[in-house]
Amino acid sequence: MSYFTKSPWLIHYDGSSCNGCDIEVLACLTPLYDVERFGIVNTGNPKHADIFLVTGGVNTQNLPVVRQIYEQMPEPHVVVAVGTCACSGGVFRECYNMLGGMDRAIPVDVYVPGCAARPESIIDGVVKALGILEEKAKKLAEKKAEGGTNGAVG
Amino acid sequence: MLKNTVLPFGPQHPVLPEPVHLDLELKDEKVVKAVPSIGYVHRGLEKLVEKRDFQQYVYVAERVCGICSFGHSWGYSKVVEKLMKIEVPKRAEYLRTIWHELSRIHSHLLWLGLAADAMGFESLFMQSWRLRELVLDIFEATTGGRVIFSACKVGGVRRDLNAGQVKLFKDNLALLRKDLQTIAPTFLKDKTVALRLKGVGVLTAEDAHAFGCVGPMARASGLMEDYRLYDEGGAYKELGFKPVLERAGDCYARVAVRIGELYQSLNLIGAALDNLPEGEIAVRPMGFPAVGECFTRVEQPRGEAIYYVKGNGTKNLERFKLRTPTNANIPALVKMLAGCDLADVPNIILTIDPCISCTER
Repeated sequence: MSYFTKSPWLIHYDGSSCNGCDIEVLACLTPLYDVERFGIVNTGNPKHADIFLVTGGVNTQNLPVVRQIYEQMPEPHVVVAVGTCACSGGVFRECYNMLGGMDRAIPVDVYVPGCAARPESIIDGVVKALGILEEKAKKLAEKKAEGGTNGAVG
Repeated sequence: MLKNTVLPFGPQHPVLPEPVHLDLELKDEKVVKAVPSIGYVHRGLEKLVEKRDFQQYVYVAERVCGICSFGHSWGYSKVVEKLMKIEVPKRAEYLRTIWHELSRIHSHLLWLGLAADAMGFESLFMQSWRLRELVLDIFEATTGGRVIFSACKVGGVRRDLNAGQVKLFKDNLALLRKDLQTIAPTFLKDKTVALRLKGVGVLTAEDAHAFGCVGPMARASGLMEDYRLYDEGGAYKELGFKPVLERAGDCYARVAVRIGELYQSLNLIGAALDNLPEGEIAVRPMGFPAVGECFTRVEQPRGEAIYYVKGNGTKNLERFKLRTPTNANIPALVKMLAGCDLADVPNIILTIDPCISCTER
């Protein structure tokens, strides 16, 4: 991963999940798993974030919020859908107001299954996301070199 | 004269792991009024009871909330057992009590961490969450799951404890108690924590009663509100349960109640493990839930939750309804926010221990 000059920062948002995956995302940052030692910071500001960790199957009220956070993130960015609900709707798939999967709201790059997703698999998903982030950054750099700076990539 | 400013708080806010939205009406630095709006985590899972049979629904009931997951599966099982007139074996009741109290420890430690984070005490947040991993290790060793572990079912529990697991319980809880004794004084005696929390968000006993507060929030205002005192299920009566009470009713008292409950839960689990009865861990439910309705209560980490079901004689229940503790505490939160400083808003919101995904289901 030659591109990275700084550690990736992530933003986490609960897109109508049951909390289980959210506390596991936080558990990744705390002493046992401790990804903060690599400089990965959970930021509250979408404009500072490279990785969007999003849980849950998104209900209709939460949809604009998820989209807004996604749109506020600068390019390049990756989206990691954490948990079975975010992957496919999970146990709440048949509920009347759920969209049933994060990819129905925003484009998703990495799917992390599990109910609740374990911290190990969340970290694994983020590592996969870093590869995708690097590719996207390369494409963006090529596009910049060609002179077209304002096109979205990926 | 300037008009009051309206400051939107949430749904995406660094202090909240869950989305909730508040419109804070400000006059300079003081909050005049707070208007909550919810619905970001509403999944409508009560209606799923029509699509899943009564035994499958335990898995859905458990996913009401990932933090108090065991409590919700217990509450649902308990109310269905009441409707079907199932007598749960003694050993199962003890095991349920043990896992439920363990969930309480995990929930309170998680909350202490988030509260420390809200007041800007980052290392205390990390230490609280480090302790919590000891509890999650027990969950994983005894049931296979870390936060959602499906140990409860209608008629009893799914897993038994063997001698090795009981030993792991005792070893980890002894470690936890030792570490807790180094962290708890920071919450209770540290000057910066006291400056941040003492006298903030005061709720008098009268107000707490009038707004119908439950759980640690009511107990911090001096109300003797704890369903574990009257519980017909579980092992609380035999273990000699006494609620933890504080009188001050501020954020500091709410921290003190929860730290007291951590020690109390450790004692309860220790006593339950020592007196664990022999025998079956589950009975098989015969037939379908009868026509009729039933309700029961469970003391969750955040307070009393009410479970209601209506059966229609088929394998699917007709209605499942849940009143969660945060729902009961939100009116008092709105009362406390009026007149507080803007900088204290995150602290006050967190000290009610809001569980949005329980509230909205």
